[in-house]
Amino acid sequence: MSRSLTPVNRVGVDERAAALGRRSIKTTAKREGIRIATSMIDLTTLEGSDTPGKVRHLCAKAVCPDPSRPEIPSVAAVCVYPALVGVAAEALRGSGVAVASVATGFPAGQTSLAVKVQETREAVAAGATEIDMVISREAYLAGDDARVAREIAAVKEACGDAHLKVILETAELPTYAHVRHASELAITAGADVIKTSTGKASSGATPGVVLVMLEVVRDHLWRTGRVVGVKAAGGVSNTKAALHMLVLVKETLGDDWLTPDRFRIGASSLLNDLLMQYAKLDGGHYGRAEDFSKE
Amino acid sequence: MATVTPRAALQWDYAPAPESRDAASLRESYDLFINGAFVAPTDGTRVQTINPATEEPLASVAFAGAGDVAAAVAAARDAAPRWAALPALERGKYLFRIARLIQERSRELAIVETLDGGKPIRESRDVDIPLAAAHFFSYAGWADKLGYAVGGRSFAPRGVVGQVVPWNFPLLMAAWKLAPALACGNTAVLKPAETTPLSALLLAEIVQEADLPPGVVNVVTGDGGAGAALVRSDVDKVAFTGSTAVGKEIQRALAGTGRGLTLELGGKSANIVFEDAALDQAVEGIIEGIFFNQGHVCCAGSRLLLQESVAEEVVRRLWARMERLRVGDPLDKNTDVGAINSAAQLDRISSLVAEGEREGATRRSISCALPETGYWFPPTLFLDVAPANRIAVEEIFGPVVSVTTFRTPAEAVERANNSAYGLAAGVWTDNGSKAFQLAGALRAGVVWQNTYNKFDPTAAFGGYKESGFGREGGPSGLLPYLEVGSA
Repeated sequence: MSRSLTPVNRVGVDERAAALGRRSIKTTAKREGIRIATSMIDLTTLEGSDTPGKVRHLCAKAVCPDPSRPEIPSVAAVCVYPALVGVAAEALRGSGVAVASVATGFPAGQTSLAVKVQETREAVAAGATEIDMVISREAYLAGDDARVAREIAAVKEACGDAHLKVILETAELPTYAHVRHASELAITAGADVIKTSTGKASSGATPGVVLVMLEVVRDHLWRTGRVVGVKAAGGVSNTKAALHMLVLVKETLGDDWLTPDRFRIGASSLLNDLLMQYAKLDGGHYGRAEDFSKE
Repeated sequence: MATVTPRAALQWDYAPAPESRDAASLRESYDLFINGAFVAPTDGTRVQTINPATEEPLASVAFAGAGDVAAAVAAARDAAPRWAALPALERGKYLFRIARLIQERSRELAIVETLDGGKPIRESRDVDIPLAAAHFFSYAGWADKLGYAVGGRSFAPRGVVGQVVPWNFPLLMAAWKLAPALACGNTAVLKPAETTPLSALLLAEIVQEADLPPGVVNVVTGDGGAGAALVRSDVDKVAFTGSTAVGKEIQRALAGTGRGLTLELGGKSANIVFEDAALDQAVEGIIEGIFFNQGHVCCAGSRLLLQESVAEEVVRRLWARMERLRVGDPLDKNTDVGAINSAAQLDRISSLVAEGEREGATRRSISCALPETGYWFPPTLFLDVAPANRIAVEEIFGPVVSVTTFRTPAEAVERANNSAYGLAAGVWTDNGSKAFQLAGALRAGVVWQNTYNKFDPTAAFGGYKESGFGREGGPSGLLPYLEVGSA
């Protein structure tokens, strides 16, 4: 069956997304925005060199990002590879910070469905309450939408009670119309959240891509009443970019969506920039990078 | 994601982010700019120009009488031979200098434009002022290449041109008029609009700073009387942008005088959305088309034509988007829709909207808080509009869009062309061949495809029918300012 794409105009999307990036967020709005953005972070480490020690440090940072400023909330989740889920679950127990794990042959997804399902089950068994899966771009780009959907549904089932975020890896999709189409496909197949990127591709959560995905989620809500979340991951590395994301959310879906239940930002270096900018609002000057621990 | 303890949804609003008024210093009073100097009006008349967002007076501005206008025209007449005889490259240099000075003073100009006219600073900063500079840059480059614009025929400047500009884009319209006139070797007398004289007076300061020879550019502020005196004075060509009613008067006055005339008048432009369009981007274009500059745009997409199959869908999205428009303090960098330009314009909008309701159309205005002082009108759409209703026919020149539906491309063209006007149109479709077919069939000077209200100094702009004649912008914008002879 041939694919039918809903038209999306690239120039128009990029213009609108850029215009929203020119909102002027100052003083109280900036302070509040930084706290909201912090609460939405999936604090992420996805390196071959990750160790239990590093993950424990990251978890401590996730629970209490800035001990000197108790008004800064915990982040939403810590996101790790499946092998380190147990360590993260232990470190985060009782904190309210969720454990997220990438799965399904992250980041390329080039393994069998059986392996993907097994990996998901293991991550959930080890304590992950959120699973970040990748769609099979191999199937999607070859036009096999049915297989993409089947895999999402199978992984969703393997998740049990864990929530499923489906990564579209938008940098590898040809056009915004495909981003829209793949978003709809993932939502229909059972995604609780649609997510832009792995962070391993050439680009990540560009404002245009996030806008298109937010519009899909809004349309799905209008059509069915079902809430689906969006996660912007990859490239949202400073406060300006994070506040741009919040503006996109606010002006596409409204203030109701400014909660970690519905919008997430996957990031590693963002958190410290948020903390530095927050400190600057208090002190009037930028601190030194070394005043903020990396983990 | 119930795995995270749900937090109560927050209210996150942007804190006020006003542009600093102090970055622009206005004088208490402004004179007329004649023969390179600021001079008091002969009868001493001055009138306050006000900020339409607050009704506070900004500065007192000279009102030119018939004698002042005649003096300005005489100064331009005296300056004309030397300006025309200047090597074209040198004329171009003056224009480049003006363009750069506009850029240097862009922040100040944007603030003044917003204070005097009520438009959001976001627009004056990102659209009006950069485009005004771009027009001078573009025509500066044409000054020594005019032969290419006339296809190798002989040409000469017209002489003295009288230019009357409107209040919706005060500086930009002055740039549209002055840049090609000067590039072609004419001298000019510019008459800014009564409610928005300030940016043209700042431009006069820039002209002085750029060291233009005295009399090449003259600025006479005042009311419609000064404009009427200018177009009937001893000029060689008149260029007018404004209402169709005044345009007709000018054309009658100039008939048989042998003077050149170009008119850029009103519009009731159709914005046509097909079912195969990218709908969210079309909605952005509808918003841009009718709420840009509070709808005070001659080419505003004030007639929205929706293919019936997607009409409900588009209206839903449009309304949701309209409700997010931020209406208020024009100086705030986050304001989308500013103040109505004048009390008179607010009256006109209000009375036409009341007429729309009386005629049975369904009015929906967004429920935003409007400031207590100043002139404001909420973004409004009308549904169930019959093509013959006044709101579907007459130019409202405000943030009001009327929505009607069509079934086929042929019907869309017929509806769109069924207007006394023919300034602009928008076509929204993902189908390229349909877009080009439509562009050919629409009787409109500008047809935008999958965008709206995009302006560029290299593109011709102008109307069909009662939207006027003559083109501004690009090489065709040079022609009205030249006497073109034989090859």
